Amino acid sequence: MQDTPNTPAQPKRPVRRVTGGVATWCRDQLARYVFLAVAFSATVSLLLIALFILKEGVPFIIKIGLKDFLFASEWDPSVGKFGIYPMIIASLWVTLGAMLIGAPLGVAGAIFLTQFVPRSVMRIIKPMIELLAGIPSVLYGFMGVMVLAPFIRNHFGGPGLSLLAGAIILGIMVLPTVISISVDAINAVPRTYLEGALALGATRWQSVHMVILKAARSGIIASVILAMGRAVGETMAVIMVVGNAVKIPHSALDSVRTLTANIALEMGYATGLHRQALFATGVVLFVVVMILNSLAMAAMKRKAGS
Amino acid sequence: MERKVKISVQNLSVFFGRHQALRGLSLDIAANRILGIIGPASSGKTSFLRALNRMNDLDPESRAEGRVLLDGADIYHPSQSAVQLRKRVGMVFALPMPLPMSIYDNVVYGPRLSGVRDRATLDEIVERTLTSAFLWDEVKDRLNLLALRLSGGQQQRLCLARTLAMDPEVVLLDEPCSGLDPISTARIEDALSVLKARYTIILVTNNTKQASRVADETAFFLMGDLVEMGETSQIFTVPKDQRTSDYVTGRFG
Ligand SMILES: Nc1ncnc2c1ncn2[C@@H]1O[C@H](COP(=O)(O)OP(=O)(O)OP(=O)(O)O)[C@@H](O)[C@H]1O
Ligand SMILES: [Mg+2]
Repeated sequence: MQDTPNTPAQPKRPVRRVTGGVATWCRDQLARYVFLAVAFSATVSLLLIALFILKEGVPFIIKIGLKDFLFASEWDPSVGKFGIYPMIIASLWVTLGAMLIGAPLGVAGAIFLTQFVPRSVMRIIKPMIELLAGIPSVLYGFMGVMVLAPFIRNHFGGPGLSLLAGAIILGIMVLPTVISISVDAINAVPRTYLEGALALGATRWQSVHMVILKAARSGIIASVILAMGRAVGETMAVIMVVGNAVKIPHSALDSVRTLTANIALEMGYATGLHRQALFATGVVLFVVVMILNSLAMAAMKRKAGS
Repeated sequence: MERKVKISVQNLSVFFGRHQALRGLSLDIAANRILGIIGPASSGKTSFLRALNRMNDLDPESRAEGRVLLDGADIYHPSQSAVQLRKRVGMVFALPMPLPMSIYDNVVYGPRLSGVRDRATLDEIVERTLTSAFLWDEVKDRLNLLALRLSGGQQQRLCLARTLAMDPEVVLLDEPCSGLDPISTARIEDALSVLKARYTIILVTNNTKQASRVADETAFFLMGDLVEMGETSQIFTVPKDQRTSDYVTGRFG
C-alpha cells in the first residue's frame, strides 16, 4: 500500500528523524494489522452467516421446487405444506404501504429542513432525527399496538392489527433513513445551481423542484430504496402490529403475516423440514434485500458518474 | 448622446453581519451603456452587483441601506418582489454555472418560468440569444448536450445567452471572463458591445484593460467606497483621484 517512511530510497533523511521513524513505522504496521484483522473477521462472519443460510435453505427449495415454494398459497408445516405466497404478498404490500407513507413524508421533510429552515436549526434537528433511527423497534411496535391498532379498529373497522397498521408503523420507522440520506443528497447539490436558478427569476420553490431535486434525484432514490430494504427486513415491530394470520389479504384492514414474522414466530419449535423451510424463507428475504441494496448502490453511483 | 438614467443608487450601504461591504455609495447608471466597475479584491464590486438584483437577500446575515431606483422605483421597497426584479435585472456570475440540464433547456429556463410554452417561440429565443452570445455556430448541432459538457468559455457564453433569454432590461456581469482564454474573452466583449443597444450593462472586471476596451463609463471601487466614476476615457487618461490613477496605471499598493 503506502511506502514506509524510512525506505532506503530516501537516504538524505536526517538521522534524528529516522530513529523517530522506526517507532512510528512499528506503530503504523501494528495498527494496519489490527484493522486488517478486524475488517477481515467482520467480512468473514458475514460471509459465514450467508453461507449457512444458503446451505440450510437452498436444498429445501430444490426439493420442494422453487415454484411450489414461492407461489403455493398454503402454509401448514404440520401436514407438509410450505407455500409462502401469502407472506410474500403481505411483505410486498406492507413494504409498499410503508414507502407510500414514508417516502413522500421523508423527502418533504428533507426539503423543508434544507430549504426553509435556517442552517443553525437544521444542524440541531438533523442529528435528532438520526437519533430516532436508534429507538428500539419494539417501542414502535408497542405504540402501534396501544395507539394505532385501536384507532384503526374504531375508525375503519377490522381487527385493527392489520396490514395498514404495519405499513404506517414502518412508514414512520423509515423516516430517519429517508430524511437523513435525502438531506445529505440535497446539501451536496452545488449552491451555484440555486443561485443560477434564482438569478433567472425562479421562485424559491421553482428552483427547489426544478433544479435541486433534479440534481439530488439519485441520492433521494437511493434513500428510498435503502428504506425499503429496512422495511422488508423489519421484524419485531411488524409482528406486533400486523396480526400474523397466514392468508392473502383482501384489504388493508386484513391481518397478515410477513416473511420476517413467519421466521421469528415459528423458529422456536421448528424441526426438520419445517426448520429448513424457515431457512429457505430467509434465503428469499436475503435475495430481496440484496437486490434492493444493489439498486441503491447503483443509484448512488450514477450520481457520482454524471 | 443624451444620458438617460436607468438605475439611480442613492447612499447604498451593504452589510454582512457586522461587516460593512459598501459604504454609502451614490451613482447613476445610464441606460444602453456599459458601466465598467474596477477595483482591487474585496472592494465590494460583487456585493454591489448582487445588491442591484437583490441576490444578497439570500444571505440572511445581509442587510442593505439606502435606495436603489430602477426606472425611478425603489427595488428595496417592501412592495417590490425580488423574483420579478430578477427577471428585469439578469446576472452572469464569475464562475460559469449552467444548470444540470441540456443547452437548450438552460437557455429556455427563464422564458419557461415566465410561462412561454410554444415550441417555435422557444426555438427562436434559443437561436437568437445563442447567436447574440456568439455561441450558436459552436452548438447549433448539439443543443441537447448536457450543458456541463461544454468548455468553460462556452459555458460562460451559454450563461450570457440564458440571461438574455429572459429579455431583461439590465444585465449584470461579474468578472465574466476571469477564467477564459483571450479568444473567448474577445467574443464576450464583442457580444457586449452589440448588446448595449438593447440592454443596460454593468460589467465588473478585474482586468482594467478590459474596462478600457469595452466600458463607456468606468467606476473605481476601493474598500467599499466609490472613489471615482466618469467616462472611461477620462478615468484612464486624466483621473481626478490619485488612487484611481495609481490603480489604472498598475502602481497600486
Ligand atoms: N455573503 C457574505 N458574507 C460575509 N461577508 C461577505 C459576503 N459577501 C461579501 N462579503 C465581504 O464583503 C467584502 C466585499 O466583498 P465582494 O465580494 O463584494 O468584493 P469584490 O470586490 O467582488 O472582490 P473580488 O474582486 O475578489 O471578487 C469582502 O470583505 C467580503 O469578505
Ligand atoms: Mg467579486
